[in-house]
Amino acid sequence: MTDVDAPATDESVAPDVAPETETLHGAPVTRVRGARVVHASRDQLVSLVRDLRDEGWLQCLDVTAVDFLTHRNRTDLPAGVAPERFEVVVILISHEAHERLRIRVQVPESDPVVSTLFEVHPGTEAMEREVFDMFGIRFDGHPDLTRILMPEDWHGHPLRKDYGVGRIPVQFKDAPRR
Amino acid sequence: MTSTSRETPVEAGTPGPHHDPVDLTSEGAQEMVPRQIAGGTEVLREVGAVLRMSEAEAAQAPDDGETTIINMGPQHPSTHGVLRLMLELDGETVLRTKSVIGYLHTGMEKTGETLTYLQGQTNTTRMDYAAPIFNETVFCMAAEQLLGLELPPRAVWIRMLMAELNRLTSHFLFLATNGMDLGSTSMMIYGWREREEGLRVLESITGLRMNHNFVRVGGTAADLPDGWQERLSGYLDTLPARLEEYEVLMTNQPIWRERLQGVGTISAEEALALGATGPILRSTGYAWDLRRDMPYLAYDEVDFDVVVGTYGDCFDRYAIRLNEIRESIKILRQCIERMPAGDYRLQDKKVTPPPRARIDESMEALIHHFKIFTEGFKVPEGEAYAAIESPRGELGCYIVSDGSSKPYRMHIRGPSFVNLQVLPHLMRGGLLADAVAIISSVDPIMGEVDR
Repeated sequence: MTDVDAPATDESVAPDVAPETETLHGAPVTRVRGARVVHASRDQLVSLVRDLRDEGWLQCLDVTAVDFLTHRNRTDLPAGVAPERFEVVVILISHEAHERLRIRVQVPESDPVVSTLFEVHPGTEAMEREVFDMFGIRFDGHPDLTRILMPEDWHGHPLRKDYGVGRIPVQFKDAPRR
Repeated sequence: MTSTSRETPVEAGTPGPHHDPVDLTSEGAQEMVPRQIAGGTEVLREVGAVLRMSEAEAAQAPDDGETTIINMGPQHPSTHGVLRLMLELDGETVLRTKSVIGYLHTGMEKTGETLTYLQGQTNTTRMDYAAPIFNETVFCMAAEQLLGLELPPRAVWIRMLMAELNRLTSHFLFLATNGMDLGSTSMMIYGWREREEGLRVLESITGLRMNHNFVRVGGTAADLPDGWQERLSGYLDTLPARLEEYEVLMTNQPIWRERLQGVGTISAEEALALGATGPILRSTGYAWDLRRDMPYLAYDEVDFDVVVGTYGDCFDRYAIRLNEIRESIKILRQCIERMPAGDYRLQDKKVTPPPRARIDESMEALIHHFKIFTEGFKVPEGEAYAAIESPRGELGCYIVSDGSSKPYRMHIRGPSFVNLQVLPHLMRGGLLADAVAIISSVDPIMGEVDR
């Protein structure tokens, strides 16, 4: 809309107002390029995913995370959701509605723990292990929260933004020290 | 029963488990409890299928004289690369399985954060090395979502053509390795032969057999070369007769059926709960194919069928892939017929480098070329998830952009990585000899699992 002085009678103003009210099971929803994104709190996550599963969001496609250490001031969060360093992203799919749903959960640096989704979608086991391995975010109640891609005795979490790339000597178990 | 998912009547054309509920037996209804009641542990016959034990614990496990933990891989010809399995055996029966992965982990998602959007697909194309075109396409689709680009029709159809050609070669690779794993070495040679011919067609278009770097943000790297129709249809003409040969050699052969039928079964509930997609999910009778159900590119304009199985066993997974080759041939023929004219890439100065000839005569074009290849182009802040149906299932790409010319975070949802979780459940209670057939039928590509 180029004509900013046009009276607010048609839908030109609606997008500014409508997203404020849209929620899903109590969590605010934003629309990003046609996709619905739910901004759930850590406490809401498991019950939200369980409720959604019972409504037909049968499959959890992906669990991943983002470290916003060097990009704190992101603008796509709805009002009332405070940005934190980590974000856990869960992607669900409904085969009946032919739609995907993204859930973004803010996880603080001081306490990087989220409840596991294993009891709702057992397929998240490997994905949560990957997030733990790469970001050091722990999943409370996970049956086997161990490293999955890196060696068992690896130090640090490579996908964190403050992980020193190329500055850590390669670790080998039982290699003789010189 | 209160479950919404199970009680929804299944109509023709809607996705869902298409087989009837199992009849009552003297033991009562042989159905699983509704998913709402069942937790993750129950849905999956959790007790016993997954071995959750570190190496140190396995070494110290008491020898009770009944079970043994053995190691299969990572250097084993039937583990498709560097998959390692810890198998708990009772005699020859597999009890629990743990897949140990990470041997091919090279930090590709981390690398992706240091590459511009123009370089990104050179990285992702190396993930699922049997289906590189898909990895390039999904990365570009996610970036295009962020940029809000609309592609010219020819670019879309070229991508679709390349993807289906790549699906052929990927499924032929499966048929070859599946035959090899089950002792049909002639099938290995045949599958490899067909794949290699397909790769030759791909090479004539992109210049490379694998890791093409052909799909770019905004279109493709080049137009289709002269004579591509003849070359491609020449290849497609040879295939139907050869697929018939496969039917004789394998499908109709009693030994082949004996090795695969009823081996490694999985139900639709379990497959859904474990996040399995692609041929594994379809083998259970659950008709879900992103090409039909959530169309991308121009799949809503072409005619093809979604192949589903019934029993969710290794044979269904083999038959689905074999028949998907026929469907891909159908799509490819339509691509040859209906390939639209026009530009193979978007003429948007922001993302498209200038034509090579312009660089010699225009200083601006040279600067433009230089800027795009050194600095790249900036992508608006935000996040996007794009997904396509790769030969192995839903291949997704999640990109977070901070407004610079490199992704802030680039994540690939590899179908092999997720599908690998069904292995312990397929193996449970089977024979060690079937383990090889089961790994093969999951068709994992370790480059994508470990990334």
